[in-house]
Amino acid sequence: MRENQRGEKGWAKVSGADAIAEFDSVGLRYGTGAEVLKDLDLRLLRGGFTYLTGASGAGKTSLLKLLYLAQRPTRGRIRLFGEELSHAPRAALPGFRRRIGVVFQDFRLVRHLSAFDNVALPLRIARRPESEIAVSVRELLEWVGLADRSAAHPPTLSGGEQQRVAIARAVVGHPELLVADEPTGNVDADMAKRLLHLFERLNELGTTVLVATHDLSLIAATKGAQLMRLDGGQLVDPTGLLRHPPPRTRAAG
Amino acid sequence: MRAFVPALADRRLLPQGGTRLTPWLIGVLMFVAVLVGAAGLAIANAAATVASGAEQRWSIQLPAGGRSMGAVVAAAGQAQGVAAVSPVPDEQVRGLLQRWLGPEAASADLPVPGLIDVELRPGANGNDLQRRVAVVAPGARVQSFPEQLGPMLRGLRTLQGLTFALLVLLGAAIAAAVMLATRGAYDTHRSTVAVLHGIGATDQQLAALFQQRMARETLVGGSAGAIVALVLVLLMLATLDDGTIVAVGGSPLKPLDIILLGALPFATALLALLVARATIIAALRADP
Repeated sequence: MRENQRGEKGWAKVSGADAIAEFDSVGLRYGTGAEVLKDLDLRLLRGGFTYLTGASGAGKTSLLKLLYLAQRPTRGRIRLFGEELSHAPRAALPGFRRRIGVVFQDFRLVRHLSAFDNVALPLRIARRPESEIAVSVRELLEWVGLADRSAAHPPTLSGGEQQRVAIARAVVGHPELLVADEPTGNVDADMAKRLLHLFERLNELGTTVLVATHDLSLIAATKGAQLMRLDGGQLVDPTGLLRHPPPRTRAAG
Repeated sequence: MRAFVPALADRRLLPQGGTRLTPWLIGVLMFVAVLVGAAGLAIANAAATVASGAEQRWSIQLPAGGRSMGAVVAAAGQAQGVAAVSPVPDEQVRGLLQRWLGPEAASADLPVPGLIDVELRPGANGNDLQRRVAVVAPGARVQSFPEQLGPMLRGLRTLQGLTFALLVLLGAAIAAAVMLATRGAYDTHRSTVAVLHGIGATDQQLAALFQQRMARETLVGGSAGAIVALVLVLLMLATLDDGTIVAVGGSPLKPLDIILLGALPFATALLALLVARATIIAALRADP
Protein backbone atom coordinates (compact mmCIF):
# COMPACT_ATOMS: atom_id res chain seq x y z
CA MET A 1 0.00 0.00 0.00
CA ARG A 2 1.23 3.44 -0.86
CA GLU A 3 2.00 5.66 2.11
CA ASN A 4 -0.81 7.98 2.98
CA GLN A 5 0.66 11.45 2.86
CA ARG A 6 -2.06 13.30 4.68
CA GLY A 7 -1.58 14.83 8.09
CA GLU A 8 1.47 16.65 9.20
CA LYS A 9 3.30 16.52 5.87
CA GLY A 10 3.21 20.06 4.57
CA TRP A 11 2.52 20.99 0.98
CA ALA A 12 5.71 23.01 0.74
CA LYS A 13 7.73 19.83 1.00
CA VAL A 14 5.90 18.18 -1.83
CA SER A 15 7.99 17.73 -4.90
CA GLY A 16 6.49 17.53 -8.39
CA ALA A 17 7.09 13.80 -8.44
CA ASP A 18 4.80 13.30 -5.42
CA ALA A 19 2.00 15.31 -6.90
CA ILE A 20 -0.73 13.57 -8.89
CA ALA A 21 -2.00 16.90 -10.21
CA GLU A 22 -0.26 20.23 -10.59
CA PHE A 23 -1.77 23.49 -11.79
CA ASP A 24 0.57 26.24 -12.81
CA SER A 25 -0.95 29.72 -13.34
CA VAL A 26 -4.08 28.12 -14.73
CA GLY A 27 -6.89 30.27 -16.04
CA LEU A 28 -10.19 29.22 -17.57
CA ARG A 29 -12.84 31.13 -19.43
CA TYR A 30 -15.84 29.87 -21.36
CA GLY A 31 -16.06 31.41 -24.80
CA THR A 32 -15.44 35.12 -24.65
CA GLY A 33 -16.73 35.54 -21.09
CA ALA A 34 -14.73 36.59 -18.07
CA GLU A 35 -12.30 34.15 -16.50
CA VAL A 36 -14.04 31.79 -14.11
CA LEU A 37 -10.73 30.50 -12.76
CA LYS A 38 -7.72 32.79 -12.36
CA ASP A 39 -4.07 32.10 -11.71
CA LEU A 40 -4.57 28.76 -10.02
CA ASP A 41 -1.41 27.26 -8.60
CA LEU A 42 -1.97 24.03 -6.77
CA ARG A 43 -0.62 20.56 -6.23
CA LEU A 44 -2.60 17.54 -5.21
CA LEU A 45 -0.53 15.03 -3.30
CA ARG A 46 -0.57 11.50 -4.59
CA GLY A 47 -2.58 9.61 -2.00
CA GLY A 48 -3.96 12.79 -0.44
CA PHE A 49 -7.52 13.56 0.61
CA THR A 50 -8.64 17.08 -0.16
CA TYR A 51 -11.86 18.99 0.20
CA LEU A 52 -12.73 21.84 -2.09
CA THR A 53 -15.17 24.40 -0.76
CA GLY A 54 -16.48 27.72 -1.93
CA ALA A 55 -19.71 29.52 -2.57
CA SER A 56 -21.89 28.66 -5.52
CA GLY A 57 -20.32 30.10 -8.67
CA ALA A 58 -16.87 30.25 -7.10
CA GLY A 59 -15.55 27.89 -9.76
CA LYS A 60 -15.50 24.53 -7.96
CA THR A 61 -17.14 22.59 -10.77
CA SER A 62 -14.90 24.31 -13.35
CA LEU A 63 -11.83 23.33 -11.38
CA LEU A 64 -13.06 19.75 -11.17
CA LYS A 65 -13.71 19.75 -14.94
CA LEU A 66 -10.10 20.70 -15.51
CA LEU A 67 -9.05 17.88 -13.23
CA TYR A 68 -11.14 15.20 -14.89
CA LEU A 69 -10.15 16.49 -18.33
CA ALA A 70 -13.57 17.69 -19.42
CA GLN A 71 -12.10 21.11 -20.09
CA ARG A 72 -8.75 22.43 -21.16
CA PRO A 73 -7.33 25.50 -19.48
CA THR A 74 -7.41 28.75 -21.39
CA ARG A 75 -3.95 29.49 -20.08
CA GLY A 76 -1.38 27.99 -17.78
CA ARG A 77 -0.30 24.38 -17.51
CA ILE A 78 -1.79 21.28 -15.94
CA ARG A 79 0.17 18.16 -15.17
CA LEU A 80 -1.71 14.99 -14.32
CA PHE A 81 -0.05 11.72 -13.40
CA GLY A 82 3.25 13.41 -14.20
CA GLU A 83 2.24 14.32 -17.76
CA GLU A 84 1.67 17.76 -19.17
CA LEU A 85 -1.88 17.51 -20.50
CA SER A 86 -2.89 21.11 -21.23
CA HIS A 87 -2.08 20.67 -24.89
CA ALA A 88 -2.01 16.89 -25.14
CA PRO A 89 -3.63 15.44 -28.27
CA ARG A 90 -7.26 14.36 -27.86
CA ALA A 91 -6.39 10.75 -28.56
CA ALA A 92 -4.15 10.69 -25.49
CA LEU A 93 -6.84 11.82 -23.05
CA PRO A 94 -9.13 8.75 -22.76
CA GLY A 95 -6.29 6.75 -21.26
CA PHE A 96 -5.87 9.37 -18.54
CA ARG A 97 -9.63 9.72 -18.00
CA ARG A 98 -9.78 6.00 -17.20
CA ARG A 99 -7.44 6.63 -14.29
CA ILE A 100 -9.87 9.16 -12.84
CA GLY A 101 -13.17 8.37 -11.16
CA VAL A 102 -15.75 11.12 -11.29
CA VAL A 103 -18.90 11.58 -9.24
CA PHE A 104 -20.93 14.21 -11.05
CA GLN A 105 -23.18 16.56 -9.15
CA ASP A 106 -26.09 15.59 -11.39
CA PHE A 107 -25.10 11.88 -11.32
CA ARG A 108 -25.14 11.52 -15.13
CA LEU A 109 -26.37 7.97 -15.11
CA VAL A 110 -27.33 6.44 -18.44
CA ARG A 111 -31.12 6.29 -18.18
CA HIS A 112 -31.77 3.21 -20.26
CA LEU A 113 -29.12 1.09 -18.55
CA SER A 114 -29.66 -0.78 -15.30
CA ALA A 115 -27.81 0.18 -12.13
CA PHE A 116 -25.54 -2.81 -12.75
CA ASP A 117 -24.74 -1.75 -16.31
CA ASN A 118 -24.17 1.84 -15.25
CA VAL A 119 -21.64 0.76 -12.66
CA ALA A 120 -20.05 -1.62 -15.15
CA LEU A 121 -19.48 1.10 -17.77
CA PRO A 122 -15.90 2.11 -16.86
CA LEU A 123 -14.83 -1.53 -16.80
CA ARG A 124 -16.48 -2.27 -20.15
CA ILE A 125 -14.87 0.79 -21.69
CA ALA A 126 -11.57 -0.53 -20.38
CA ARG A 127 -12.45 -3.93 -21.97
CA ARG A 128 -12.18 -5.90 -18.76
CA PRO A 129 -13.46 -9.50 -18.87
CA GLU A 130 -17.16 -9.89 -18.05
CA SER A 131 -16.42 -12.35 -15.23
CA GLU A 132 -14.29 -9.74 -13.49
CA ILE A 133 -16.88 -7.04 -14.16
CA ALA A 134 -19.68 -9.10 -12.60
CA VAL A 135 -17.72 -9.66 -9.39
CA SER A 136 -16.55 -6.05 -9.05
CA VAL A 137 -19.94 -4.51 -9.80
CA ARG A 138 -21.85 -6.80 -7.43
CA GLU A 139 -19.36 -6.09 -4.68
CA LEU A 140 -19.68 -2.34 -5.16
CA LEU A 141 -23.48 -2.39 -5.39
CA GLU A 142 -23.60 -4.40 -2.19
CA TRP A 143 -21.29 -1.89 -0.57
CA VAL A 144 -23.50 1.05 -1.42
CA GLY A 145 -26.58 -0.89 -0.31
CA LEU A 146 -28.07 -1.43 -3.75
CA ALA A 147 -27.49 -5.15 -4.28
CA ASP A 148 -31.22 -5.74 -4.60
CA ARG A 149 -31.64 -2.81 -7.03
CA SER A 150 -29.02 -3.85 -9.54
CA ALA A 151 -31.59 -4.41 -12.30
CA ALA A 152 -33.38 -1.13 -11.66
CA HIS A 153 -33.06 1.72 -14.14
CA PRO A 154 -32.19 5.26 -12.99
CA PRO A 155 -35.68 6.72 -13.47
CA THR A 156 -36.99 4.19 -10.95
CA LEU A 157 -34.28 4.98 -8.39
CA SER A 158 -34.53 7.69 -5.76
CA GLY A 159 -32.09 10.61 -5.83
CA GLY A 160 -30.02 9.03 -3.09
CA GLU A 161 -29.94 5.68 -4.86
CA GLN A 162 -28.88 7.33 -8.10
CA GLN A 163 -26.10 9.11 -6.27
CA ARG A 164 -24.88 5.83 -4.82
CA VAL A 165 -24.90 4.23 -8.25
CA ALA A 166 -22.90 7.22 -9.54
CA ILE A 167 -20.39 6.79 -6.73
CA ALA A 168 -20.11 3.06 -7.34
CA ARG A 169 -19.46 3.76 -11.02
CA ALA A 170 -16.77 6.28 -10.13
CA VAL A 171 -14.86 3.93 -7.88
CA VAL A 172 -15.41 0.54 -9.53
CA GLY A 173 -12.26 0.84 -11.62
CA HIS A 174 -10.09 1.64 -8.58
CA PRO A 175 -9.11 5.03 -9.99
CA GLU A 176 -5.86 6.69 -9.03
CA LEU A 177 -7.72 9.97 -8.65
CA LEU A 178 -11.31 10.28 -7.43
CA VAL A 179 -13.06 13.58 -8.07
CA ALA A 180 -16.48 14.04 -6.48
CA ASP A 181 -18.79 17.00 -6.88
CA GLU A 182 -21.16 17.23 -3.89
CA PRO A 183 -21.26 13.45 -3.51
CA THR A 184 -23.42 13.43 -0.39
CA GLY A 185 -25.89 16.07 -1.44
CA ASN A 186 -28.80 13.66 -1.89
CA VAL A 187 -28.20 11.03 0.79
CA ASP A 188 -29.12 10.86 4.46
CA ALA A 189 -26.57 11.28 7.21
CA ASP A 190 -26.03 7.54 7.65
CA MET A 191 -25.40 6.97 3.96
CA ALA A 192 -23.18 10.07 3.83
CA LYS A 193 -21.07 8.51 6.59
CA ARG A 194 -20.86 5.22 4.71
CA LEU A 195 -19.88 6.94 1.49
CA LEU A 196 -17.26 8.96 3.30
CA HIS A 197 -15.94 5.74 4.79
CA LEU A 198 -15.79 4.30 1.27
CA PHE A 199 -13.80 7.31 0.08
CA GLU A 200 -11.45 7.02 3.05
CA ARG A 201 -10.99 3.32 2.43
CA LEU A 202 -10.16 4.01 -1.21
CA ASN A 203 -7.80 6.74 -0.06
CA GLU A 204 -6.06 4.30 2.26
CA LEU A 205 -5.63 1.99 -0.70
CA GLY A 206 -3.82 4.78 -2.54
CA THR A 207 -6.53 6.66 -4.40
CA THR A 208 -6.13 10.40 -4.30
CA VAL A 209 -9.48 11.95 -3.37
CA LEU A 210 -10.78 15.42 -4.07
CA VAL A 211 -14.29 16.21 -2.90
CA ALA A 212 -16.10 19.44 -3.64
CA THR A 213 -18.68 20.01 -0.95
CA HIS A 214 -20.56 22.51 1.17
CA ASP A 215 -21.03 19.89 3.88
CA LEU A 216 -18.96 21.10 6.82
CA SER A 217 -19.76 18.02 8.87
CA LEU A 218 -18.20 15.89 6.16
CA ILE A 219 -15.05 18.01 6.23
CA ALA A 220 -14.91 17.87 10.00
CA ALA A 221 -15.30 14.09 9.99
CA THR A 222 -12.25 13.49 7.82
CA LYS A 223 -9.20 13.81 9.99
CA GLY A 224 -6.20 15.35 8.33
CA ALA A 225 -7.84 16.12 5.04
CA GLN A 226 -6.54 19.11 3.19
CA LEU A 227 -8.87 21.97 2.46
CA MET A 228 -9.00 24.27 -0.53
CA ARG A 229 -11.36 27.17 -0.79
CA LEU A 230 -12.27 28.93 -3.99
CA ASP A 231 -13.53 32.45 -4.05
CA GLY A 232 -14.21 34.32 -7.27
CA GLY A 233 -12.23 31.78 -9.27
CA GLN A 234 -9.14 32.03 -7.09
CA LEU A 235 -7.82 29.84 -4.31
CA VAL A 236 -7.81 31.60 -0.94
CA ASP A 237 -6.53 30.71 2.49
CA PRO A 238 -8.26 32.99 4.90
CA THR A 239 -7.75 30.90 8.03
CA GLY A 240 -4.11 30.09 7.61
CA LEU A 241 -4.97 26.43 8.16
CA LEU A 242 -5.54 25.87 4.51
CA ARG A 243 -2.52 24.88 2.58
CA HIS A 244 -3.35 25.66 -1.03
CA PRO A 245 -1.73 27.08 -2.95
CA PRO A 246 1.63 26.26 -1.42
CA PRO A 247 3.43 29.50 -0.60
CA ARG A 248 5.81 30.08 -3.48
CA THR A 249 8.60 31.34 -1.19
CA ARG A 250 8.47 28.19 0.96
CA ALA A 251 8.15 25.93 -2.02
CA ALA A 252 11.18 27.56 -3.58
CA GLY A 253 13.14 27.27 -0.35
CA MET B 1 -10.19 -3.23 -37.16
CA ARG B 2 -11.05 -3.74 -33.49
CA ALA B 3 -12.53 -0.24 -33.32
CA PHE B 4 -15.12 -1.33 -35.87
CA VAL B 5 -16.30 -4.27 -33.77
CA PRO B 6 -16.00 -3.15 -30.18
CA ALA B 7 -17.54 -4.94 -27.23
CA LEU B 8 -19.21 -1.70 -26.21
CA ALA B 9 -21.32 -1.53 -29.32
CA ASP B 10 -22.89 -4.86 -28.45
CA ARG B 11 -23.97 -3.58 -25.07
CA ARG B 12 -26.91 -1.55 -26.31
CA LEU B 13 -25.45 1.57 -24.78
CA LEU B 14 -27.73 3.57 -27.02
CA PRO B 15 -31.44 2.87 -26.67
CA GLN B 16 -32.94 1.00 -29.59
CA GLY B 17 -35.28 2.69 -32.00
CA GLY B 18 -35.17 6.39 -32.63
CA THR B 19 -34.27 6.77 -36.30
CA ARG B 20 -37.18 4.76 -37.70
CA LEU B 21 -37.43 6.94 -40.80
CA THR B 22 -33.91 6.18 -41.98
CA PRO B 23 -34.48 2.58 -43.19
CA TRP B 24 -37.54 3.70 -45.17
CA LEU B 25 -35.67 6.55 -46.77
CA ILE B 26 -32.72 4.33 -47.59
CA GLY B 27 -35.14 1.69 -48.91
CA VAL B 28 -36.72 4.13 -51.36
CA LEU B 29 -33.34 5.45 -52.50
CA MET B 30 -32.03 1.91 -52.91
CA PHE B 31 -35.11 0.93 -54.93
CA VAL B 32 -34.38 3.77 -57.36
CA ALA B 33 -30.65 3.01 -57.33
CA VAL B 34 -31.18 -0.63 -58.30
CA LEU B 35 -33.52 0.34 -61.14
CA VAL B 36 -31.08 2.96 -62.38
CA GLY B 37 -28.22 0.49 -61.99
CA ALA B 38 -30.15 -2.15 -63.94
CA ALA B 39 -30.84 0.36 -66.72
CA GLY B 40 -27.17 1.37 -66.78
CA LEU B 41 -25.99 -2.22 -66.97
CA ALA B 42 -28.52 -3.05 -69.69
CA ILE B 43 -27.33 -0.06 -71.70
CA ALA B 44 -23.71 -1.05 -71.16
CA ASN B 45 -24.48 -4.59 -72.31
CA ALA B 46 -26.32 -3.29 -75.38
CA ALA B 47 -23.42 -1.00 -76.26
CA ALA B 48 -20.98 -3.87 -75.86
CA THR B 49 -23.11 -6.11 -78.06
CA VAL B 50 -23.36 -3.44 -80.74
CA ALA B 51 -19.67 -2.69 -80.61
CA SER B 52 -18.53 -6.32 -80.52
CA GLY B 53 -17.37 -7.54 -83.92
CA ALA B 54 -18.22 -4.22 -85.55
CA GLU B 55 -14.55 -3.42 -86.09
CA GLN B 56 -14.22 -5.87 -88.95
CA ARG B 57 -17.63 -5.31 -90.50
CA TRP B 58 -18.39 -2.97 -93.38
CA SER B 59 -21.45 -2.27 -95.44
CA ILE B 60 -21.89 -1.12 -99.00
CA GLN B 61 -25.00 0.89 -99.90
CA LEU B 62 -26.03 1.08 -103.55
CA PRO B 63 -28.48 3.98 -103.98
CA ALA B 64 -29.46 2.81 -107.43
CA GLY B 65 -30.77 -0.43 -106.04
CA GLY B 66 -29.63 -3.84 -107.02
CA ARG B 67 -28.67 -3.08 -110.67
CA SER B 68 -24.90 -3.00 -110.05
CA MET B 69 -25.10 -5.53 -107.21
CA GLY B 70 -23.34 -8.36 -109.03
CA ALA B 71 -20.40 -6.22 -110.16
CA VAL B 72 -19.95 -4.69 -106.71
CA VAL B 73 -20.09 -8.10 -104.99
CA ALA B 74 -17.45 -9.39 -107.38
CA ALA B 75 -15.22 -6.32 -106.89
CA ALA B 76 -15.58 -6.49 -103.13
CA GLY B 77 -14.74 -10.20 -103.12
CA GLN B 78 -11.42 -9.45 -104.84
CA ALA B 79 -10.46 -6.62 -102.47
CA GLN B 80 -7.50 -7.13 -100.11
CA GLY B 81 -8.33 -8.47 -96.62
CA VAL B 82 -11.97 -9.32 -97.38
CA ALA B 83 -13.12 -12.53 -95.69
CA ALA B 84 -16.76 -12.64 -96.75
CA VAL B 85 -19.22 -10.70 -98.88
CA SER B 86 -22.99 -11.18 -98.36
CA PRO B 87 -25.62 -9.24 -100.29
CA VAL B 88 -28.62 -8.46 -98.04
CA PRO B 89 -31.77 -9.89 -99.68
CA ASP B 90 -34.18 -7.26 -100.96
CA GLU B 91 -37.01 -8.70 -98.77
CA GLN B 92 -34.90 -8.24 -95.68
CA VAL B 93 -34.19 -4.59 -96.56
CA ARG B 94 -37.91 -3.97 -97.18
CA GLY B 95 -38.68 -5.73 -93.90
CA LEU B 96 -36.34 -3.35 -92.06
CA LEU B 97 -37.90 -0.34 -93.79
CA GLN B 98 -41.40 -1.51 -92.86
CA ARG B 99 -40.72 -0.53 -89.25
CA TRP B 100 -40.51 3.11 -90.33
CA LEU B 101 -42.53 3.27 -93.53
CA GLY B 102 -45.30 0.78 -92.80
CA PRO B 103 -46.73 -1.78 -95.23
CA GLU B 104 -45.97 0.51 -98.20
CA ALA B 105 -42.32 -0.47 -97.88
CA ALA B 106 -43.22 -3.92 -99.19
CA SER B 107 -44.45 -2.42 -102.46
CA ALA B 108 -42.25 -3.20 -105.43
CA ASP B 109 -42.78 0.39 -106.62
CA LEU B 110 -40.75 1.74 -103.75
CA PRO B 111 -37.08 1.86 -104.71
CA VAL B 112 -34.87 0.52 -101.94
CA PRO B 113 -31.09 0.72 -101.79
CA GLY B 114 -29.04 -2.38 -102.32
CA LEU B 115 -27.10 -3.49 -99.23
CA ILE B 116 -24.01 -5.67 -99.06
CA ASP B 117 -22.38 -6.84 -95.81
CA VAL B 118 -18.61 -7.27 -95.95
CA GLU B 119 -16.43 -8.88 -93.31
CA LEU B 120 -12.72 -8.16 -93.27
CA ARG B 121 -10.02 -10.39 -91.86
CA PRO B 122 -8.59 -9.24 -88.49
CA GLY B 123 -6.01 -6.51 -88.98
CA ALA B 124 -7.14 -5.65 -92.51
CA ASN B 125 -8.35 -2.17 -93.45
CA GLY B 126 -11.03 -1.20 -95.94
CA ASN B 127 -8.94 1.00 -98.25
CA ASP B 128 -8.72 -1.51 -101.08
CA LEU B 129 -12.42 -2.34 -100.73
CA GLN B 130 -13.39 1.34 -100.98
CA ARG B 131 -11.14 1.82 -104.03
CA ARG B 132 -12.47 -1.21 -105.92
CA VAL B 133 -16.15 -0.43 -105.20
CA ALA B 134 -15.69 3.20 -106.31
CA VAL B 135 -14.47 1.93 -109.65
CA VAL B 136 -17.52 -0.26 -110.41
CA ALA B 137 -20.19 1.84 -108.60
CA PRO B 138 -19.13 5.47 -108.18
CA GLY B 139 -22.23 6.48 -106.15
CA ALA B 140 -21.93 3.60 -103.65
CA ARG B 141 -21.33 4.34 -99.95
CA VAL B 142 -18.76 2.11 -98.30
CA GLN B 143 -18.79 2.49 -94.56
CA SER B 144 -17.34 0.61 -91.64
CA PHE B 145 -19.80 -0.45 -88.91
CA PRO B 146 -18.03 1.57 -86.19
CA GLU B 147 -18.43 4.63 -88.40
CA GLN B 148 -22.09 3.85 -89.02
CA LEU B 149 -22.85 2.98 -85.42
CA GLY B 150 -20.80 5.82 -83.97
CA PRO B 151 -23.73 8.14 -83.20
CA MET B 152 -25.72 5.31 -81.63
CA LEU B 153 -22.75 4.09 -79.58
CA ARG B 154 -22.06 7.64 -78.45
CA GLY B 155 -25.72 7.97 -77.46
CA LEU B 156 -25.61 4.69 -75.54
CA ARG B 157 -22.41 5.70 -73.79
CA THR B 158 -23.90 9.06 -72.87
CA LEU B 159 -26.90 7.28 -71.39
CA GLN B 160 -24.56 4.93 -69.57
CA GLY B 161 -22.68 7.94 -68.18
CA LEU B 162 -25.95 9.52 -67.11
CA THR B 163 -27.03 6.42 -65.23
CA PHE B 164 -23.61 6.30 -63.57
CA ALA B 165 -23.95 9.96 -62.59
CA LEU B 166 -27.43 9.23 -61.24
CA LEU B 167 -26.03 6.35 -59.21
CA VAL B 168 -23.35 8.63 -57.79
CA LEU B 169 -26.03 11.20 -56.93
CA LEU B 170 -28.14 8.52 -55.26
CA GLY B 171 -25.07 7.39 -53.33
CA ALA B 172 -24.50 10.98 -52.24
CA ALA B 173 -28.16 11.24 -51.21
CA ILE B 174 -27.83 8.06 -49.15
CA ALA B 175 -24.63 9.38 -47.57
CA ALA B 176 -26.36 12.67 -46.76
CA ALA B 177 -29.34 10.83 -45.26
CA VAL B 178 -27.00 8.73 -43.12
CA MET B 179 -25.07 11.81 -42.05
CA LEU B 180 -28.23 13.65 -41.01
CA ALA B 181 -29.59 10.60 -39.21
CA THR B 182 -26.26 10.12 -37.42
CA ARG B 183 -26.16 13.78 -36.37
CA GLY B 184 -29.73 13.45 -35.14
CA ALA B 185 -28.92 10.32 -33.18
CA TYR B 186 -25.80 11.97 -31.77
CA ASP B 187 -27.78 14.99 -30.61
CA THR B 188 -30.43 12.73 -29.08
CA HIS B 189 -27.87 10.70 -27.17
CA ARG B 190 -25.46 13.51 -26.42
CA SER B 191 -25.78 13.09 -22.65
CA THR B 192 -24.93 9.39 -22.89
CA VAL B 193 -22.00 10.19 -25.15
CA ALA B 194 -20.78 12.81 -22.67
CA VAL B 195 -20.88 10.28 -19.84
CA LEU B 196 -19.02 7.64 -21.84
CA HIS B 197 -16.52 10.22 -23.05
CA GLY B 198 -15.98 11.45 -19.51
CA ILE B 199 -15.18 8.02 -18.18
CA GLY B 200 -12.62 7.25 -20.83
CA ALA B 201 -14.36 6.01 -23.98
CA THR B 202 -12.30 6.75 -27.07
CA ASP B 203 -13.70 8.48 -30.15
CA GLN B 204 -13.51 5.16 -31.98
CA GLN B 205 -15.54 3.38 -29.29
CA LEU B 206 -18.18 6.10 -29.37
CA ALA B 207 -18.28 6.21 -33.16
CA ALA B 208 -18.74 2.44 -33.21
CA LEU B 209 -21.99 2.76 -31.25
CA PHE B 210 -23.48 4.84 -34.06
CA GLN B 211 -21.77 3.38 -37.10
CA GLN B 212 -22.99 -0.14 -36.42
CA ARG B 213 -26.53 1.06 -35.94
CA MET B 214 -26.46 3.14 -39.13
CA ALA B 215 -24.92 0.27 -41.10
CA ARG B 216 -27.61 -2.08 -39.77
CA GLU B 217 -30.46 0.30 -40.61
CA THR B 218 -29.02 0.95 -44.05
CA LEU B 219 -28.66 -2.76 -44.71
CA VAL B 220 -32.23 -3.47 -43.62
CA GLY B 221 -33.80 -0.60 -45.56
CA GLY B 222 -31.47 -1.04 -48.52
CA SER B 223 -32.10 -4.78 -48.77
CA ALA B 224 -35.86 -4.26 -48.75
CA GLY B 225 -35.64 -1.61 -51.48
CA ALA B 226 -33.22 -3.69 -53.53
CA ILE B 227 -35.33 -6.85 -53.27
CA VAL B 228 -38.45 -5.06 -54.51
CA ALA B 229 -36.51 -3.44 -57.36
CA LEU B 230 -34.83 -6.70 -58.34
CA VAL B 231 -38.15 -8.54 -58.41
CA LEU B 232 -39.46 -5.81 -60.69
CA VAL B 233 -36.40 -6.07 -62.95
CA LEU B 234 -36.67 -9.86 -63.14
CA LEU B 235 -40.38 -9.60 -63.99
CA MET B 236 -39.54 -7.15 -66.77
CA LEU B 237 -36.86 -9.51 -68.09
CA ALA B 238 -39.33 -12.38 -68.01
CA THR B 239 -41.78 -10.45 -70.18
CA LEU B 240 -39.21 -9.96 -72.99
CA ASP B 241 -40.00 -12.18 -75.99
CA ASP B 242 -37.35 -14.20 -77.79
CA GLY B 243 -37.34 -11.80 -80.75
CA THR B 244 -36.39 -8.85 -78.54
CA ILE B 245 -33.68 -10.87 -76.81
CA VAL B 246 -32.22 -11.85 -80.21
CA ALA B 247 -32.51 -8.26 -81.46
CA VAL B 248 -30.50 -6.89 -78.51
CA GLY B 249 -27.98 -9.70 -78.76
CA GLY B 250 -29.01 -11.64 -75.65
CA SER B 251 -30.67 -10.95 -72.31
CA PRO B 252 -30.21 -7.27 -71.35
CA LEU B 253 -28.89 -8.33 -67.91
CA LYS B 254 -26.44 -11.15 -67.26
CA PRO B 255 -26.46 -13.22 -64.04
CA LEU B 256 -23.36 -11.31 -62.89
CA ASP B 257 -25.29 -8.05 -63.30
CA ILE B 258 -28.04 -9.33 -61.01
CA ILE B 259 -25.42 -10.34 -58.43
CA LEU B 260 -23.85 -6.89 -58.74
CA LEU B 261 -27.21 -5.21 -58.17
CA GLY B 262 -27.90 -7.53 -55.24
CA ALA B 263 -24.60 -6.47 -53.68
CA LEU B 264 -25.59 -2.78 -53.71
CA PRO B 265 -27.21 -2.84 -50.23
CA PHE B 266 -24.03 -4.31 -48.72
CA ALA B 267 -21.84 -1.71 -50.43
CA THR B 268 -24.23 0.98 -49.21
CA ALA B 269 -24.15 -0.39 -45.67
CA LEU B 270 -20.36 -0.10 -45.77
CA LEU B 271 -20.72 3.45 -47.06
CA ALA B 272 -23.16 4.21 -44.20
CA LEU B 273 -20.71 2.77 -41.67
CA LEU B 274 -17.90 4.99 -42.91
CA VAL B 275 -20.09 8.10 -43.17
CA ALA B 276 -21.51 7.58 -39.66
CA ARG B 277 -18.03 7.02 -38.27
CA ALA B 278 -16.67 10.18 -39.90
CA THR B 279 -19.71 12.17 -38.74
CA ILE B 280 -19.35 11.13 -35.11
CA ILE B 281 -15.61 11.61 -35.01
CA ALA B 282 -16.03 15.08 -36.52
CA ALA B 283 -18.73 15.92 -33.97
CA LEU B 284 -16.60 14.66 -31.07
CA ARG B 285 -13.74 16.93 -32.13
CA ALA B 286 -15.76 19.84 -30.74
CA ASP B 287 -15.23 18.36 -27.26
CA PRO B 288 -11.93 18.66 -25.39
